[in-house]
Amino acid sequence: MVTIFSYVPLAAILVSMLASIPILALGNRPNLREGVTLTVAAVKVLLIASLLPGVLAGNSYGLTLVQVVPGVSLALKVDAFGLIFGLIASFLWAWTSVYSIGYMRALNEHDQTRYFASFAVAIGATIGVAFAGNLLTLYLFYEVLSLSTYPLVTHEQTGEARASGRKYLTFILGTSIGLVLPAMLIVFSSTGSLEFVAGGILGGKVAPDLLAVLLCLFVFGFAKAAVMPFHGWLPAAMVAPTPVSSFLHGVAVVKAGVFSILRVVLFILGPGTLSDAGLGTPLAYVAGFTIITASLVALTQDSLKRRLAYSTIGQLSYMIIGVALLSPSGTLGGILHIAMHAFGKITLFLCAGAIYVASGKKYISQMNGLGRRMPITFAAFLLGAMSIIGLPPLGGFLSKWYLVIGTLEAGQIGLMVLLLISSLLNAAYFLPIIYRAWFAEPEEGAEEGIQEAPLLCLIPLCLTALGSFGLFLWPQPFMDLIRMLLPQLGMGG
Amino acid sequence: MTNNLPLYILAAPLLAAFAVSVFGRLNSRVIAPLVLLPLGGSAFASFFLLLQVLQSGSFRYVVGNWEAPYGIELLFDPLSCLMLFLVTGVSFIASFSALPSTFRELPGRESLFFTLYLIMVVGLCGLVITADAFNLYVLLEITSISTYGMIAMGKGRPPLASFNYIILGSVGACFYLLGVGYLYILTGTLNMADLARLVPEIAGTAAYATAFGFVLVGLWIKMAFFPLHNWLPRAYWHAPAGMTVMVAPLMTKVSVYLMVRLIYAVFQPDWVFQPDFGLMTQLSVREVVLWIASIGIVVASIVAYSQRDLRRMLVYLIVAEVGYMVGGVWLANDLGLTGALLHIVNDALMTLCLFLACSAIWYAVGSTSFDSLQGLYRRMPLTMAAFTLTGFSMMGVPPTCGFFSKWYLILGGLDAGHYQFVGALVASSLINAILFFRVFEIAYFKAPEEGEDGPGLPRQEAPMMMTVPLVLAAALLLVAGFGAGTLVSRVIGVAIPELM
Repeated sequence: MVTIFSYVPLAAILVSMLASIPILALGNRPNLREGVTLTVAAVKVLLIASLLPGVLAGNSYGLTLVQVVPGVSLALKVDAFGLIFGLIASFLWAWTSVYSIGYMRALNEHDQTRYFASFAVAIGATIGVAFAGNLLTLYLFYEVLSLSTYPLVTHEQTGEARASGRKYLTFILGTSIGLVLPAMLIVFSSTGSLEFVAGGILGGKVAPDLLAVLLCLFVFGFAKAAVMPFHGWLPAAMVAPTPVSSFLHGVAVVKAGVFSILRVVLFILGPGTLSDAGLGTPLAYVAGFTIITASLVALTQDSLKRRLAYSTIGQLSYMIIGVALLSPSGTLGGILHIAMHAFGKITLFLCAGAIYVASGKKYISQMNGLGRRMPITFAAFLLGAMSIIGLPPLGGFLSKWYLVIGTLEAGQIGLMVLLLISSLLNAAYFLPIIYRAWFAEPEEGAEEGIQEAPLLCLIPLCLTALGSFGLFLWPQPFMDLIRMLLPQLGMGG
Repeated sequence: MTNNLPLYILAAPLLAAFAVSVFGRLNSRVIAPLVLLPLGGSAFASFFLLLQVLQSGSFRYVVGNWEAPYGIELLFDPLSCLMLFLVTGVSFIASFSALPSTFRELPGRESLFFTLYLIMVVGLCGLVITADAFNLYVLLEITSISTYGMIAMGKGRPPLASFNYIILGSVGACFYLLGVGYLYILTGTLNMADLARLVPEIAGTAAYATAFGFVLVGLWIKMAFFPLHNWLPRAYWHAPAGMTVMVAPLMTKVSVYLMVRLIYAVFQPDWVFQPDFGLMTQLSVREVVLWIASIGIVVASIVAYSQRDLRRMLVYLIVAEVGYMVGGVWLANDLGLTGALLHIVNDALMTLCLFLACSAIWYAVGSTSFDSLQGLYRRMPLTMAAFTLTGFSMMGVPPTCGFFSKWYLILGGLDAGHYQFVGALVASSLINAILFFRVFEIAYFKAPEEGEDGPGLPRQEAPMMMTVPLVLAAALLLVAGFGAGTLVSRVIGVAIPELM
C-alpha cells in the first residue's frame, strides 16, 4: 500500500471548520449564511469522494502536519476504513444541512448563527476523527468534537438543556480525559508509538492483564459509543434540536465513538493480540449486554426521540460486537453496520423532526392516525425502521446478515441468539409506532390542519430513506472498501 | 566575548523604574511609554539572547570584572535564557493590561505602583540568571518587598493580606538564608559553580542535609507549594489587578525554576533523589514530596471549586499547578523534568491569559463574582473567547499547550511508577473541566437581570489595551501547543543536559 502525499484530507477538515468564521460574520444575513453552509457541504462531499478511486486502487492519502512530541506528529491518513466513515459523515451532513435550514426556519429558532457555526466545526472534527493518522490526532479531533457539540446540545438554553449539557460533558469529557488519555499514554509508554498499523502495534509488548485494562479504558473511554454504563448522555442529549439529534447523535458523534473504538481495536491493540489474550468474547458480551438492555429500555420510552436514542445505543454495540468476534464476516458486518445504521437512523430522526415541525408532537402516544396526514414522512419512517430491524430489501439486512455469519464463524451460538432476539426487540419497539400512525383512530379534532412538513425537511428524509434501500441494492463501494481492509488486518477476505 | 545584551535587559527596566518614580509623579502620561518601551526592548533583547545562546553556547557574565567566586556572576545557559525571555515577555504583555487597570484602580498612585512593578521585573530577571546563592537571596527579597508594596496598595483589606504575606515571606526568606549560611560555613563559598564543585566532599554530613532542607522549605514557601500556600490566595485576592496579571504568572514559576536550578546545579540530583535519603528509613524524601504534590494538586483544585468568585478560583488553581511542576521535578526522570520545565512555560502563559481575562472582566463589569459573569459571552465576546480557549488548555485539551505538559508529566509518572501522581494529574484535569464549564455556563446562559434575551445586549469589552494582549496571549497557547515539539527538542532538550 502506498501513501500518497495530499492536502485533500486537510482541506476536507478545514473547509468546514474555517467556514464557521464567515458563518459567524454573516449572522444577520441568513440567506448568505446558509449559502456558505450548503456550498461548504457540497465542496466537502466532493473533496472526500475524490479520494475514493485512489483508495479503491489500494493507495492511501496523507500528510504530516507538525511533530508535537518526539515520535508523534499530528498526521492525517485516509485509508479504506477512514474513508468509509468520512464518506458517510460528509454525505449525510450535506442532507442534514438542507434539513436544518427547513427545520430551524420553520420553528423560527433563536441563535441560528451559533447553531450553524458549531455544526460546521463539529463536522470538521468528525472528518478529523475519520482521517486521523495516529491516536493523538484522533484524540485531538475527538475532543474538538465533544466541545463543539456542547453549544448544540444546550441550544434551547432551558434548565433542562443546561442539565443535559452538563451530563453530556461529564460523560464525554470525563471519560476521554479520565480513561482514554491515560490509556493512550500507557500505549505510548510501552511501544513508543501511536501510529495506526493494521493489525495493531501492541503485539507482544504488553502483558495480557494490561491489555485487558487498556481494552476497558478504550471501550468505555470513548463514551460517544455509549457502551453501558456510559450511555446516559445520549438520551439526555435528545433535548437538542432534532437535526442535531439526527446527524450528531444518530451519525457523527456516536459513530465517531464507535469508529474510535474500532480504530483502536483493529489498529492499536490488534485483533490477533486480543484473540491470543482471549479478550474478544468478553468484549462481545459487554456489547451484547448493552444491545439487549438498551432495546428493552427503548420499549418503555414514550418520547419518540428518546426511543430512537435507546435504539441507537443498542445498534452502536452491534458494530462493536462485529469487531469483537475477530472473524472476517463479523468485522465486515460491524463496519458495514456503521453505514447502514447511519442511513436508517438518520431517516428516523429526520422523520421525528418533521413530525415535530408539522404537528408539535413529541410523544408516541399522541401520534394516533398521524400517518394519514403525513403519509410520506411515515413511509420514510417505515423504511428506516425496517432497515434498523434488519429486514430486506433494506441496507440493515446486509450488515446484520454478515454479523450473524460472523457469530457462526466464531462459533458463538450464544451471540447469534442474542442478535436475533435483539432484532425481534427492535421490531417490537418500532412497529407499534407505525401501527398507531396508520391504523389507530385519532382523538377527535386533535389533528386539524396538520400536513406534511416543509419541503426542505421532507426531501432530505426521503432521500436518506431511499439511500437505505439503495445501499441494499448497491453496497459495493462500502463492501469493496471493507474487503480491502480485511486482508491487511490478517483476516482472509 | 563582549556582549551588551544581558546588561541592557536588566538595566532598561531598572532605569525606567527610576524614571517612572521621578517623572511619573509630575506627569502621569509619561508612565505608559516609560513602562512599555523598556520592557518591550528587554523582551526582544532576551529573545535574541536566547537564540544566541542556543546557537553559540552558554556563557557567564561577570559584573564589574570581579572574578568569581567573589564577584557577582550571571549565568546565561539555554534554560536561564528561556526563563529570562518568559519573564520579560510575560511582563511586557501584562503591562499593557496593567496600565489601564491601575489608572482606574489606583488614581494618583500610578507612578509608585509602576516603580515597584518594574523593580519586581528586574528582580525576577535577576533571579533567573544569577549564579550566586547569596545574590539569589537578595533578589528574592527585592521581588518580595516590591510585591508587599503593590499588594498593600489595593483596596479593602490589603494591608492585612500584605502583612500576612510579609510574615510568611520573611519566614521563607529566613529559611533560605539559613540554608545558604550553612552552605557557606561548610564550603566557604556562595558561587553556585563553586558550591557544586565542593559539595561532593560534604554530601554525607547532617549539616549539608539541613542546609538543603532549609533552602527547599524556604523556596516552597515562596512558590506556595501545598501546604505552605496559605499566604498566596489572600495576598492575590486583594492585590491590585495590575499586579496580579504580572506576578501571578511569574512568581511561582520562577520559584520552581530556582528549585530546579538549585537541585541540579548545587545540591546534585543523585544525592537529592537517592532512594535512601529520608527522615525515616522506609520513606524517601522523594516519595514524600510526590505524595504531597499529588495531594496538593487535588486539594487545591477542590478548594478552587468551592469559590464563588473568578479571581479566587484562579488563585487556587495557581496552587494546584505548582503541584504539577514540583511533582514533575521530583519524579527525577527526564520526562518528568521536561514536563515540569515545559509546564513552567505553558502555565505562565495560561495564568497570564486567565488573569488578563479576569482583569478585563473586572474592568468592564466591576466585579468578578460569579453572579456578575452572567451574559458575559454577549457583552465581552472576545474576552470570553480567549478565556474559553485558556479553559480548554487548563483541562488539557489538545492542541492547546496545556495538553503537552500534561503529556510529559503523565509519561514521567508512568515511567517512575508513581501512579498516585498520574491519578492526581488526571483528577485535576477533570476538576478543571468542571470548574471552567461552570464559569462558561454562567457566562453563556444566564441573561443579566432577566430583560432582553435577544441580541440587544450591549457589547461592553474592556479597552483595546486590555483585550488585544489577551487575545494575542490566548493565540500563544495554540502556538505553544503546536510548537511544543520544537520547544522540547530545541530548547528544553538542550537545556536539561547543560543543567547537570
